[in-house]
Amino acid sequence: MHELMSGNEAIARGACECGVRFAAGYPGTPSTEILEEFSKYDGVYAEWSPNEKVGLEVATGAAVAGAKAMAVMKHVGVNVAADPLFTVSYTGTNGALVIITADDPSMHSSQNEQDNRNYAKFAKIPMLEPADSQEAKDYIKIAFDISKKFDTPVFLRMTTRVSHSKSIVKLENPVDVKDTTRIRHNPAKYVMVPFNARIRRVKVEKRMEELRNFAETFPENRVEINNTDVGIITAGMPYNYAKDVFPECSYLKLGMVHPLPVKLIREFASKVKKIYVVEELDPFIEEQLKALGLDVTGKEVFPYTNEFDPGVVKTAIEGKSDNLVDFSSLKIPPRPPNLCPGCPHRGLFYVLGKLKAFVTGDIGCYTLSFMKPLEGMDSCICMGASIGMAHGMSKALKDKGKGKVVGVIGDSTFIHSGITPLLNMAYNRSNAVIVICDNRTTAMTGMQEHPATGFTLQGEETKSLDFAVLASVLGIDSIKVIDPYDIKNTRSVMKEELSRDGSSIVISKRACVLLKRDQAYAMKPLRVDPDKCTGCKVCLGLGCPPISWKKFEDMPESDVEKKTKKQEGIAVIDTSLCNGCTLCQQLCSAGAIEEV
Amino acid sequence: MENSMRNILLAGVGGQGILLASEIICKVMMTVGYDVKKSEVHGMAQRGGSVTSHVRYGKKVFSPIAQKGDVDILISFEKLETLRYLDYLKPDGMVIINDEELYPLSVNLGDATYPEDILETVRKHFEIVKVVNASDIAVKAGNIRTANTAMLGALSVYLDTIGVDIWKNVLRESFPEKIIKENLIAFNLGRKA
Repeated sequence: MHELMSGNEAIARGACECGVRFAAGYPGTPSTEILEEFSKYDGVYAEWSPNEKVGLEVATGAAVAGAKAMAVMKHVGVNVAADPLFTVSYTGTNGALVIITADDPSMHSSQNEQDNRNYAKFAKIPMLEPADSQEAKDYIKIAFDISKKFDTPVFLRMTTRVSHSKSIVKLENPVDVKDTTRIRHNPAKYVMVPFNARIRRVKVEKRMEELRNFAETFPENRVEINNTDVGIITAGMPYNYAKDVFPECSYLKLGMVHPLPVKLIREFASKVKKIYVVEELDPFIEEQLKALGLDVTGKEVFPYTNEFDPGVVKTAIEGKSDNLVDFSSLKIPPRPPNLCPGCPHRGLFYVLGKLKAFVTGDIGCYTLSFMKPLEGMDSCICMGASIGMAHGMSKALKDKGKGKVVGVIGDSTFIHSGITPLLNMAYNRSNAVIVICDNRTTAMTGMQEHPATGFTLQGEETKSLDFAVLASVLGIDSIKVIDPYDIKNTRSVMKEELSRDGSSIVISKRACVLLKRDQAYAMKPLRVDPDKCTGCKVCLGLGCPPISWKKFEDMPESDVEKKTKKQEGIAVIDTSLCNGCTLCQQLCSAGAIEEV
Repeated sequence: MENSMRNILLAGVGGQGILLASEIICKVMMTVGYDVKKSEVHGMAQRGGSVTSHVRYGKKVFSPIAQKGDVDILISFEKLETLRYLDYLKPDGMVIINDEELYPLSVNLGDATYPEDILETVRKHFEIVKVVNASDIAVKAGNIRTANTAMLGALSVYLDTIGVDIWKNVLRESFPEKIIKENLIAFNLGRKA
């Protein structure tokens, strides 16, 4: 049976087919659906861990107990998980451990474009890279086989295009699962004190040697000899782009990008006249080939940045095509993403923007509030950075920073990486104010549960973290809870907390407007009474998608005649988009906004 | 079954049902026996932002995204978004446009102007331009959320080697029972548009 599947769905399916029943991770585009889909299969255990480091440690524990376990994360998640990663490479596992890293060339939904193939080399862990959904399903199985055979964690590297494109996959029946878990004591292998680690360290190099030999005959390192004028060495999605535009060339498609099959590469090189290395981001393969003394062309013609497409590959090798019509003179207003109508973040960031404080931000939908017109955020570095930065900035500024530094972090992000820096604020006597935007979910990646929602990934009810109690236990001086739909109170609480000495936390609590489960009441859409609207444009300052500005000159005469004032137009609410959060109503001094 | 590769690009705004529409096209092509791939981007980019989905089908498909200048049909669910992706079309490519304007924030704030002459611009460069009022059709079909299915109806007319029954069967499999009828009506009205 064949099915149209995304790369992420195919990994979940492949894992299930080959008997994996254990997985942990943290949501992050483009990796999120892997664990979501996996969690739906019968008999599996799947969890959202608080962050990727915990997720990898959980999967490692399961693997040491003898299970086949999978840790799933986006590229920057591997940074968080890097600490256990480098040492698990030494210990290996009893069962099998595969780490999925989903990289994001072009930064569609990420803060950087790091190439995680470097982690494979750095941590001395083999890495496979599929090019489509069928390969994703095949390679996850191979990854578990390699992990078992060589007693090593294995990386499976996805990129956004492989994760989120769909292609046809052949489904197979899942194998019978045997319970291979039991307690096996082996401190020499798992207690990485220097004495033991030095012994394991040597074994790692031996394992890499064995893997290099394995790579030479690994069938997914595939040679396709066609016309021998040009040979292309590539892996993953760029293989498809190149095949599309240069079907006649010869190919060495690497299914395993670390370690490389040196003999196979030399043999391929001897058969073709000119070699291009087609790879997105870093010259990871190219540099290794050049170190071997091979004459290859790579980043001399290919870009370092952004994902490729067939056109990029063609242009790099053949030069720019002048057949294309140039539409660049068209004036097209950009359409960046925006906070949804009724988003609870909007009220908070409206207030923060007006307070003119320096707002250290964090990773989540609310990061969008740095844009016009809210302009309520001044920095965003990584998960959890808001709190540490706010504290550091406030310490460095001393009196100059008093009342002027706010850190803002989402609920899921706070759990991921905010608890330790908050403890630090209490411990090191900070004066900064931290706001937790608690929208009761991990919104940006698509409504995933976390330890404060009361539900697990698999839908079971569980304990729910109370942020106020936690802050109190950590030693934060002042703890306030606000509703960001109440602008007046939000403003007064923020002002009060900023003027206070000592550490302070404000929990801005209101469920994400897309999270149906937690909506307290049905909100009614609003409209603008055109007769009452004075055209002051204050409501437009919310940047809410349903609110637009209509000039009188663009309106029929009959609609305008009642207006005698000097105003130029009125605000209009598209009631079909309005969620009725009432922020605009609260701001309207003319009382022109009313329920439909 | 045609041998050559065909490329369809769907464009619009997050929330218009573009991903489901492209999924349906893929399933139709699978049923016919083509190899098919599709690609779009999820995550932050979807929050009311510009959304595209590439669909490519043929005997054997490698890349899930088309290159610029190689798209046969651009289906645009919003007028302005048509302009943003014109450079993907082949010179003899065709455009199906939903006659709907959704203002981006910059236009709402009065910082930018929504272009007035979108259809003229498109017609100046491309011969086959079909304008569909998908929202009207959806209202007639009894469910405003069937506008995407109306667009598929319009598309199906131009893919005339594929039987209407195949489309209808895939539509039946793609929607919950209670909204199948509305979607079939929207599809039929889209075909007549």
